[in-house]
Amino acid sequence: MGKLNMVKALNLALLQEMERDEDVLVIGEDVGVDGGVFRVTEDLHRKFGSKRVIDSPLAEAAIVGTAVGMALYGLKPVCEIQFSGFAFQGFHQLENHAARYRQRSQGRFHCQMVVRMPYGGGVRALEHHSESEEQFYAHIPGIKMVIPSGPRNARALLVSAIRDPDPVVFFEAKALYHAAREDVPDEIEALPIGRAHVDRQGGDLTLVAYGAMLRVAREAAQILHDEDGVESEVIDLLTISPLDRETLAASVNKTGRAVIVHEALRSFGPGAEIAASIMEGAFLSLEAPIRRVAAYDVPFVGFAREKANVPDVGRVVAAARETLAF
Amino acid sequence: MPRKPLEPPFTIEHLSILDSDANLDAALEPEIAPDVLKQMYRAMLLGRRLDERMVRLQRQGRVGTFAPIKGQEASQIGSVFTLRRTDWMVPSFREAAAMIWRGWPIEKLLAFFAGRLEGGQPASDQHDLPITIPVASQLPHAVGLAYAVQYRGDDAVVMTYFGDGATSEGDFHEAMNFAGVWHVPVIFVCQNNQWAISVPLKKQTHSRTLAQKALAYGFPGVQVDGNDVLAVYAASREAIARARAGDGPTLIECVTYRLGVHTTADDPTRYRSEEEVREWERKDPLTRFSAYLEKKNLLEQGLEQQIDDEIARAVQSFESLGPADPLTMFDHAYGEPPPHLLAQRAEVAERLRRGAEGKPAEEPTVPTPMRGQRKTSRWAN
Repeated sequence: MGKLNMVKALNLALLQEMERDEDVLVIGEDVGVDGGVFRVTEDLHRKFGSKRVIDSPLAEAAIVGTAVGMALYGLKPVCEIQFSGFAFQGFHQLENHAARYRQRSQGRFHCQMVVRMPYGGGVRALEHHSESEEQFYAHIPGIKMVIPSGPRNARALLVSAIRDPDPVVFFEAKALYHAAREDVPDEIEALPIGRAHVDRQGGDLTLVAYGAMLRVAREAAQILHDEDGVESEVIDLLTISPLDRETLAASVNKTGRAVIVHEALRSFGPGAEIAASIMEGAFLSLEAPIRRVAAYDVPFVGFAREKANVPDVGRVVAAARETLAF
Repeated sequence: MPRKPLEPPFTIEHLSILDSDANLDAALEPEIAPDVLKQMYRAMLLGRRLDERMVRLQRQGRVGTFAPIKGQEASQIGSVFTLRRTDWMVPSFREAAAMIWRGWPIEKLLAFFAGRLEGGQPASDQHDLPITIPVASQLPHAVGLAYAVQYRGDDAVVMTYFGDGATSEGDFHEAMNFAGVWHVPVIFVCQNNQWAISVPLKKQTHSRTLAQKALAYGFPGVQVDGNDVLAVYAASREAIARARAGDGPTLIECVTYRLGVHTTADDPTRYRSEEEVREWERKDPLTRFSAYLEKKNLLEQGLEQQIDDEIARAVQSFESLGPADPLTMFDHAYGEPPPHLLAQRAEVAERLRRGAEGKPAEEPTVPTPMRGQRKTSRWAN
């Protein structure tokens, strides 16, 4: 058991899965000798060589596209896209192909592959380096969309993603890479994809969050407890798609109120599907309209204005109070 | 520091062995066993006859949109014949003749163009990817497959097909670049049929040839007369030998012509002249190859009828397939269907059941809500 930050925890998952299975390989820009710009693949090149840890040419479509070909042959590539803002150059390979080969070939082929990418704000970065685009991937049938919220679940979910027979898009919050250390067991640990985690129990209000927003939801829950005597249930989604509708409905059937928090844009964002899912599973228990605290529907704001755009504790608490007072 | 000319090996060959008048360059003639020559001709003729049949079936509404291959038989058969069964074939959407030679049953192709998912399923021992429709997007898959072959140390090469329009796509250039850097056993077969729907080659590229694009990526490119099956065969065999020997990729540009429509939804009279089509009809790949075989006394009598019968049997067997089962659309979205898909599947099953019972399919199936379960009286009063 070691105290690891998220970078080290993800690195441990890659290392152990590569030791376990020769078909697992890593491909991306600067993932080899440099160990990745965030150091998630550090030392893997030294241990496994350049055939298994591939410093690819700088081209996202071909990183994803050649990984599709490798996966069709039975390898299990883990792609790194340097920033999620650059992934759109490879988006067609994910949407048109990785997601569809199983259906197109009626089960003859499938793409067991992971596409990892850092996402989200909070690191004073330029355009294309601080957006949250999970909704695009969550919308694609055939793909699973996973976003861990801390070192331990990041490691366990990456292990599951690598072993999952379907393509998994794996978002890593840049703001969490070095944010906290957690005890991460030495032995391999896996968490099921498609299951949310009830991070805090409560009966008055459900706060739904994931990734870097979990911390915001937790802090809001504490303030609501301390100042309002309100017991919030905090749900850490972990998997955006397929969505754990059961856990969401069970919680809101208990609390009657829900506030959804995410960094992605509000309109047509994950919150819309989460809210619809709560409506379908807990409509008669709802005491108030479901609220979404999300980034505003503007293309890009720059980090000088980021604080006003990315949800913070104050906005979540305010939305929760309005929901409670409805 | 004067300007200094660099001398990379920038040469492009054009290979032609059997010209449109069936004149043979005997010095370049590849050695092909008589049986294989007969099989090649049969496969080309099958491609041509099926093509004509498919267009008629589409006009009759029995299959959907189809991309004919007429005129490109030599490009496909000359190249695909150099593959072993254990090699990999990565098609685009205009390779019916090559796909049939690789083992795709005609029924499956018919099913594919009739909009049935079953048509995309290769046999479990077949090393073929299904048809890819987005132009050039299959090329990175071919390179990835070739990487995997090399990674595992297997003895196989990968051949992938695309058209002249594909060479304008980013995926073409990225795939070529990755293939060059990785030095993997992949053969890029470009069927330059002069037209990407209505856009002629001269609007697609300012390059003198398409083959020369390989040079930028550090591997050889060769241009062949794509209507000359012997030249395509010879160039492909060389490329495959290089790939098998670990000498990396090759780009083969087959200069050919799409004699028919782009797809059955296209009207080529809007963008090209009949004179041009007639000009290329004189270069028909089947005419010159049959003359070549005739001289060798290898033409089979009654072959056309035999092929037509085979196609007729396939059409019959395709048309005797029952209606597509809607429920199977959920089977291969994921390895294991997640709960929401199981629920959607149940919804469709229920609609089908009601339909079978003659009840209105759209009647609400949601059970009466559990009214009175609300916790507050806000709306109850």
